[in-house]
Amino acid sequence: MIISRQKPFPEILAALQQTPRVFLVGCAKCATVCKSGGEEEVWQMQEALSAAGKEVSGSLIIDEACHMLRAGRDLRGKKEQVEEADALLVLACGAGVQSIAAASAKITVSGTDTLFLGNIRRFGQFEQRCSLCGNCLLTETAGICPVTLCPKGVLNGPCGGMDNGRCEVDAEAECAWFQIYELLKSQSRLERLATITPPKDFARMLKPGKLKIEK
Amino acid sequence: MISLQEKLESGTFVITAEVSPPKGCDCSEFLGKSRALSGLIDAINVTDNQGANMRIAPLAAAAILVREGIEPILQLTCRDRNRLALQSDLLGAAALGITNILALTGDHISCGDHRTGKPVFDLDSVQLLQTITGLSTGQDLAGNALEGVPLFYAGAAAAPQAEPFALTLFKLEKKVAAGARFFQTQAIFEPQRLQAFCAAVRPTGVKVIAGIFLLKSAGMARFVNKNIPGLTIPAELIAELEAATDPLATGVEIARRLATECRSCCDGVHIMAMGREELIPEITKELRQ
Ligand code: SF4
Ligand code: SF4
Repeated sequence: MIISRQKPFPEILAALQQTPRVFLVGCAKCATVCKSGGEEEVWQMQEALSAAGKEVSGSLIIDEACHMLRAGRDLRGKKEQVEEADALLVLACGAGVQSIAAASAKITVSGTDTLFLGNIRRFGQFEQRCSLCGNCLLTETAGICPVTLCPKGVLNGPCGGMDNGRCEVDAEAECAWFQIYELLKSQSRLERLATITPPKDFARMLKPGKLKIEK
Repeated sequence: MISLQEKLESGTFVITAEVSPPKGCDCSEFLGKSRALSGLIDAINVTDNQGANMRIAPLAAAAILVREGIEPILQLTCRDRNRLALQSDLLGAAALGITNILALTGDHISCGDHRTGKPVFDLDSVQLLQTITGLSTGQDLAGNALEGVPLFYAGAAAAPQAEPFALTLFKLEKKVAAGARFFQTQAIFEPQRLQAFCAAVRPTGVKVIAGIFLLKSAGMARFVNKNIPGLTIPAELIAELEAATDPLATGVEIARRLATECRSCCDGVHIMAMGREELIPEITKELRQ
């Protein structure tokens, strides 16, 4: 899922300085799970904004804010409240914010910072495992992603800073290549580490990404 | 002048040291230190934005050494340059008469003085070595032909004391397969570890230049143990420095002892004198005999 975090309230308030009336948008999927823009957060935001002297004309939780058609349809369902507002404050990931911006001519304000594609370790704890490189190497790396788990994304074994399996960049973390090594060792296929991985094809992750499924 | 490559390949024991280029464009101190060292050692490593701290381009600093008749080893990291910039710097180096390249992945940008910058790491050190090898055959990484074929003598870093060694050995073998002809190692404090390392990499034919670190005090040794990943200074050495009336002299003595003990199994030493480069002759005096 997409991990996002609400921006600090003073920052949100500053972004709404010129817009006294605000309509709030949340998302029922990722932003709900990471508590940046679910029902509860939208309600708390409404309270906080009212306390800060803003007028909240209404609110809406879209089932998936990144779904552009649905976002447009749901906004039209709240047409009057949206019309009353000077700005739409969106508590969803960057993709969700842009569905809203595309569906409405009103000023759009992003209330979150979008961080990464994350796995859920346990409730409220998220970790990045994949950085969407467009050319997955997991089959070669024992199902552990060095592109993401290694801060340098090195593809041919540990950098010189690895020691006792620890990462030079984050002493709390295990080196990605140590993890790969341990797993391959337990599977008796360490010889996999001997193959040189050629330079990565970064053209596979050129922005903006697009995909159209052919029938 | 006999080059570093010729010396290593003919079995002459070599001594190298590193000098950091300045943060700024005034190279007089850099040049002064390098000139003072030039008669004593065989080549000078020019560091590349060491520790991710921004400094003058190592290519420029190395070219200044060449102009002075001093042989540089240009350190080149993947942290700040993508594959175009790396190749273009390499061609520039060749045009300026720089042949020795130490190919490094590089410290992470979060260690340095520009932490909000974007880390590049388009290639890693193994891929950079492959790139250097490719350029030396007259082709760039995209397979295009070059005008003029550059000559390089490529080396790489090695951490003989890092554990698990079996894991680092895979990488070291890849470095050699990709074109590394010599290793410059992390600081060695336990010569028997270097012996084991040399025995493991010797079959590849790669030359080994052992890192020797000048410990200036027990406090510095403890600092290194705490803050530098991959370096472990044994308690006996710290105790020896602690008991010393003149810790610097003891540090020099330790470095000389380590260098002498390493001599029999390796092809050279790389002295990290931590700003006391004038002490290098003291450290290396038994090595040339
Ligand atoms: S290699 Fe890593 S970043 Fe690339 S797609 Fe696979 S998991 Fe994601
Ligand atoms: S220690 Fe391992 S995970 Fe950390 S930067 Fe080096 S190679 Fe990557």
